[in-house]
Amino acid sequence: MTYRVGEPVTVVARAHGEHHRTPSYIKGKTGRIERVHAAFRNPETRAYGDDGLPEMPLYLVSFARSDLWPDARAGGGHRVCVDVFEHWLEGAK
Amino acid sequence: MERGVHDRGGPPTDAPIDRSEHTLDDWEVLTDALAGALARRGLMSVDELRRGIESMPRGEYVRASYYERWLFSMETILTEKGVLVAGELDRRAAG
Repeated sequence: MTYRVGEPVTVVARAHGEHHRTPSYIKGKTGRIERVHAAFRNPETRAYGDDGLPEMPLYLVSFARSDLWPDARAGGGHRVCVDVFEHWLEGAK
Repeated sequence: MERGVHDRGGPPTDAPIDRSEHTLDDWEVLTDALAGALARRGLMSVDELRRGIESMPRGEYVRASYYERWLFSMETILTEKGVLVAGELDRRAAG
């Protein structure tokens, strides 16, 4: 587990044509670690019949709503929480 | 960045959220049970199910209902693995 609760992280903004669980609306965005879930089999390889090993750390990451959708009118103070695997995260600059 | 057809979260909209419940038809309940049985037999993982759904042609994905997407994916995955022969389900359904 590379990251700790409260640490700022940025979601990698790479294109990925194959199955992955990182939604476009958080790519390139910076949030913070809310929870360190555990390590789980990797859905990106498991989706093609692989066993998904080695297991990859999964985190709950929160983002300020205003960082994701600056133009939206409602919910200004809310945070959006998304489960993100570690290989989609890098330390925030 | 090109988005997959399933990667739909986020675009702002003024359209209301449809929160209405609907009763499941028998075929929908059976579809759910079939996916569980395939997973327990090691024939298809939930990640393969998702990948099969995401591989649907965009127009078909948008038109299909939730469990229609599951059926599409299960046929795709089982055909890949040789459990089904291409066109087998259509031929059987035609009786």
